Amino acid sequence: MAITSTLYDSLVKIVGKDFVSDRKEERYFYARDGGLMPPHEPDFVVMPETTEEVQEIVKLANKEKMPLVPKGSGLALTGLVIPQRGGIVLDMKRMDRILEVNEKARYVVVEAGVTHGVLKSYLQKHHPRLRHSIPDAPPIATIVANAVIHGQGRLSQQHGFNSDMVSGLEVILPTGELCRIGSCSVSSYWFSKGAPLPDLSGLFLGWFGTTGIITKLGLKLYPCKKMRDVMVFLTDKSELIPDIMLKLSHTEMIEDVVVSAQPLPLRFRGTFWVTPYITGDSDEEMEFKRKMVWDSIWEHFENRDVGFLSLSPDMKAPLMSMPSKDTCRFADVSKGGGFQYAGPITPIEKFPAFIKKLEEVAAKYNVFYSSATRLIGAGHCMMFSFSFSFSRANADEMVRAKEALDECSKFALEEGGVLWKADIYEQKLLMDRMDPNTLALMKKIKQLLDPNGIMNPGNWEVK
Amino acid sequence: MMQKYVSQIHRCFRCGYCKFPTDYSSFNCPSYRRFRFDSYSTGGRLWLIYAWLKGEIEWSEHFAEILYACTTCKNCTEQCPMKFAPDIVDWIVGARSDMVEKGKIPPRVARFFEAVYSYGNPFKQLRSDRAAWANGTKKYKAGDEYLLYVGCLGSYDENGQKMARSLVDILNASGVSFGILGEEEECCGNEIYMLGETGLFQNLVEKNNQKFKELGVSKVITLCPHSYNIMKNVYPVSGGNFEVYHYTQILNDFVKNNKIKPSQLKAKVTYHDPCFLGRYNNIYDEPRQILQSIPGIDLVEMARNRKDAFCCGGGSGNFVTDLLAGSADSPARIRVREAYDTGADTLAVTCPSCLTMLTDAVKAENLDGRLAVKDISQILRELLSVG
Repeated sequence: MAITSTLYDSLVKIVGKDFVSDRKEERYFYARDGGLMPPHEPDFVVMPETTEEVQEIVKLANKEKMPLVPKGSGLALTGLVIPQRGGIVLDMKRMDRILEVNEKARYVVVEAGVTHGVLKSYLQKHHPRLRHSIPDAPPIATIVANAVIHGQGRLSQQHGFNSDMVSGLEVILPTGELCRIGSCSVSSYWFSKGAPLPDLSGLFLGWFGTTGIITKLGLKLYPCKKMRDVMVFLTDKSELIPDIMLKLSHTEMIEDVVVSAQPLPLRFRGTFWVTPYITGDSDEEMEFKRKMVWDSIWEHFENRDVGFLSLSPDMKAPLMSMPSKDTCRFADVSKGGGFQYAGPITPIEKFPAFIKKLEEVAAKYNVFYSSATRLIGAGHCMMFSFSFSFSRANADEMVRAKEALDECSKFALEEGGVLWKADIYEQKLLMDRMDPNTLALMKKIKQLLDPNGIMNPGNWEVK
Repeated sequence: MMQKYVSQIHRCFRCGYCKFPTDYSSFNCPSYRRFRFDSYSTGGRLWLIYAWLKGEIEWSEHFAEILYACTTCKNCTEQCPMKFAPDIVDWIVGARSDMVEKGKIPPRVARFFEAVYSYGNPFKQLRSDRAAWANGTKKYKAGDEYLLYVGCLGSYDENGQKMARSLVDILNASGVSFGILGEEEECCGNEIYMLGETGLFQNLVEKNNQKFKELGVSKVITLCPHSYNIMKNVYPVSGGNFEVYHYTQILNDFVKNNKIKPSQLKAKVTYHDPCFLGRYNNIYDEPRQILQSIPGIDLVEMARNRKDAFCCGGGSGNFVTDLLAGSADSPARIRVREAYDTGADTLAVTCPSCLTMLTDAVKAENLDGRLAVKDISQILRELLSVG
């Protein structure tokens, strides 16, 4: 008790009384996320405002060997910011400044708490010719957290994972040193996270905050065209989806393509909605791209395997919105406030097998399902979501949903996929399959960077 | 209605849309913006209430303050993507009602209730002083077209009284027949309702409905959007049978029909939408039309306006309980900074609660002399040649 009290006082000295809580209410809320992982309470919730404050907190935690979990908005849904061993949860959202937009080098530098929603709005207002890759997560998702989990977004078909679009980092190492990664380590410009230097960003991206706390991040921006449109193609043949995705990406004309499947409402049942998006600066450009998209999959139309859905304005609006509120609405399908998805990253050829498995598992566990598959890169891989909704008031349904997810994750691994934003149990599954030397390298890196094991313990923990 | 929340409140996914305005440009939930812990957002509040119902957390003063720091501004209702969005405020009011029944509420809220119980207003002012502002304004009598219902802020608060006097002058100049209740006026109960004191609220609504019935009142003009809201949307459920107008609706008609003709005013004005007029009752145009009818006024909008307006922090009794005060991040202070950033010299309001909250915030922000907060009734009154 005395130690805890001293720590509280020390934290108050760093960030001020208003931004430290050891009260039950904050500990309760920050003990969990919207998914199915069991909760665990932190001892403190702290909201730093500056890099210097983060540095002081890290030094304190390292000295006291106190677990430290940096948190954005906790929307991964796989419990990645649940403090498995208590300690301090650092809610980073007070670090909310957009520090620089370089229009000519097309990047932005943000603090760790800047959200996708705020950045989108800021760019629209101040730099309307630039955009970033907006994920389908709610707008409160932070840029940094999304990059740390290798999120994807609207520009992932063209430019890869959102983490591939990072152009520099400022990190507080677990031992308290401030470290800059990428071009910003030798220059005032944040245009590259690695090349032509050794790319050290890999020490932090994908590590779920176990190797340090990112306090600033450079992010690549891309041209924002004046026009944008979406088309919806329908097919009931899952085996055609990989070919359709490949052909669409071959055009090099699309912004993004998502394939959706769900049993309700009934108009969805038995069909896959393929939704390519196009952008352009003129009617001519849009028309040309539209034609290229149609031509690319024309043979499927001729064979009557694919149809086109004409969209009413009401149907088009949610498809066009960024982020899409429909993603969240799935949580209320069971009138219960919850959904979670396993989103393995996998070759696109696996789509038919994965969709079959999704339907089987949903029937086996009697849970509502949906799936949204996003193409990443020019057909290099896809994120396939096995999504199940549940009611938080129905303990049995929650158990069934978790079992369904676990079965899908195991299946995805067996099929050669790699689990995305894996929860602590899935991380073990991944590490069990990992090349031993790779695993040993991870262990060395972790021990080197975080000798006291304070950073988000329980995650990426190599035994 | 109050108990419906028990079986529904688990449906919040804590997605966080409730924190934003439509364009996601900043945080638009007043209590989240003030405190920044997720527990103070709507999602946080709903998850904590559910935990309390399940026995996973105990009642505490901090929990009660989290619940009562909500101004019921309805931004969350506007932004929540779920089908239950229209019910969110009812859920919060329902949980407060449970706390009231258990006698577990923050001391400041308890004092608010005690004052209304004992004095008929939250300021502990004497009932006999309720018409002290009125300066000879005649009382309502059968046959008058309108009852002017002034409310607690209009009766006792210095800023509210100025509003009330301005409105009376304008109504007199227009030639309509109207009267006030004076010392016989009761609290409208909007804040009592939002704070969850259902028994006291029912008592107030019945008294007011009965009084209006006895006097043959068929049309009510309210000074305050809070009174307008409760009389329009809740009184009818308890037998209220009268038309109700916010004063901006009446004055806008006067302007359109040339019943009043404001003179010129060279001013750059921005308008703050009160939650109980805007989000609750969709009255966005009338106040703007009144301002636009004034020759010389340059009306500019704040970035957050209409259904995205940022609450002043005064709703749900917070103009008295002040649970959001004490910081540069208090909603009213943020709002006056936003108004000042438009380049306006005048921040126009149409609510006595907003008027008081924002006037105090101008002082706290050292904007005295650079940004004037005025109610539209005051602006209009100054531009009319009446006695």
